[in-house]
Amino acid sequence: MLTAAESEALFLSLRVSLVAVLCALPVALGIAVLLSRIRFPGRSLVEGILFLPLALPPVVVGYLLLVTLGPREPAGAWLLAHFGLRFAFDWKGAALASGLITFPFQFRAMHLALRAQDPALRQAAATLGAGPLDRFLNLTLPLALPGIVAGAITAFAASLGEFGAIITFVSNIPGETRTLPLAIYSALQQPGGEVEAARLAGLSIALALLGVMLAGIADRRLRAALGG
Amino acid sequence: MTVEVALRHRFGNFALDVGFHVQRCGITALFGPSGAGKTTIVNAIAGLVRPQHGRIAIDGRVVLDTAARLFVPPELRGAGYVFQDARLFPHLSVETNLRFGWRRAAERADQARFAEIVGLLGLESLLARRPRRLSGGEKSRVALGRALLASPRLLLLDEPLAALDAPRKAEIFPYLERLRDMERLSMIYVTHSTEEVARLADEMIVLHEGRVAAQGPVFDLLSDPELGALVPSHGAVFPATVAEHRNDGLTAIAFDGGILLVPHLDRPLAAALRVRLRADDLMLAREAPQAISANNVLAAEVISVHAQHATQADVRLRCGNVKLVSRITRASLARLGLAAGQRVFVIVKSVTVDPQPGTPHDAE
Repeated sequence: MLTAAESEALFLSLRVSLVAVLCALPVALGIAVLLSRIRFPGRSLVEGILFLPLALPPVVVGYLLLVTLGPREPAGAWLLAHFGLRFAFDWKGAALASGLITFPFQFRAMHLALRAQDPALRQAAATLGAGPLDRFLNLTLPLALPGIVAGAITAFAASLGEFGAIITFVSNIPGETRTLPLAIYSALQQPGGEVEAARLAGLSIALALLGVMLAGIADRRLRAALGG
Repeated sequence: MTVEVALRHRFGNFALDVGFHVQRCGITALFGPSGAGKTTIVNAIAGLVRPQHGRIAIDGRVVLDTAARLFVPPELRGAGYVFQDARLFPHLSVETNLRFGWRRAAERADQARFAEIVGLLGLESLLARRPRRLSGGEKSRVALGRALLASPRLLLLDEPLAALDAPRKAEIFPYLERLRDMERLSMIYVTHSTEEVARLADEMIVLHEGRVAAQGPVFDLLSDPELGALVPSHGAVFPATVAEHRNDGLTAIAFDGGILLVPHLDRPLAAALRVRLRADDLMLAREAPQAISANNVLAAEVISVHAQHATQADVRLRCGNVKLVSRITRASLARLGLAAGQRVFVIVKSVTVDPQPGTPHDAE
């Protein structure tokens, strides 16, 4: 049904997006928890910076990554030397770019879920003998779960469509960084590639639809499970 | 079981400056109008607020001492808390809510104890439900059970009945009475309701403008005319027992000063009761009244007369070993010429009787 190149692009897209979302999730959660607990001057500036990837042109994000983590840049060279982590022209670079671009989706959903929580419940848990970590794991986290899952699914769907940051940062290498949107772009560059482009576009639409439906089901299930 | 509290805390125009000891099992009411600082005090005992100055010790263990910069966090204080709004965890079933503190208790109660508390509070049929699907009264009972199952040394209750309507309140009262009488536990019970104090409390601390105005047994303080201005619808509260079910449909109840007749009470002979005679419900007569509709006329002696109010006066009376208080107008006071030591007759217009479900235990 799918050609080798098509399934390569499909599975690469899924892998890049999954890694992007899972790596950004703990970071977004940590920052969201800190921002919901600590009041400090300049908090709205910090929040604004966290939403910046959403407002910036993806090409600019890709460019910024290229000039910081490129193989000849100090930070990129350092990561390669000490951790063997190579981002430039590598699928991990695509995941990093996607994770960065879709970070605001995750952060925003978690931030709202945490802000909506009643601190009175944490007081009740404390009088029942639950310490700070216990309260976080058994109260804050489960109550924020619908927000966390909704944010992750939205970020995953958005990540599947990332183009500008990926092509700028890690180029368009078949099997390495050529995700579905890049494959569509490549097909359109070839004479007679319209059919191929249409097939890939159909695949993208099906994926997006599936994602949106999953998000709806997960949200209903979780809310029911949490007694909301 | 002792609780020692000394606090000074200022917020806005309000200054709290209180000191008291609680040295017994049973219910100590922290009584006062809204804004008297009651909730701030129990929150400070629980560790939910940090007072500016103060020292608090629970069972001899200092949990707060601002001079020594000591603050034990709430989870390590061993003080249970029943909040006015129940604060059940919405994502957990009733049973998991109940086990939340139980699982975390330093000395976890056994399974038999879990069953005992569930039975005591009538929660058997609710265990699988989510808090969202409970009525207000059911939520209160679950909150009570959850706090008790954490095996606290001290239980703080912040207006646990205030959010409930009268029928729901009536539903909870017997459970609280059972806890008071059957659990060896100190409870500090925040309320602004004279009715709740009269029905539930053994001892009371009266707060007025951020200070302790009085502390003592409920049986003494509720009939103390000096506190008449601070305790709305004050009156005498005293223990009694069922003496006889008469064939005219009345029940005779015996107290330490005589017999009162009340409409039929569905309680066995010798059952313990708590009787409340409001100051407004007692009329006084110099001579034995003849041919009147009231069932109860008691002989009493005037202890003292308190005419601090512009139009009304409180007369404190001794009837056997029980102290009563009657509120009459100053005009009546002048007409009757009442003074300490005089013999009078007390005409009782209305008697409030609260059944006491458990067997009272001795104070510790």
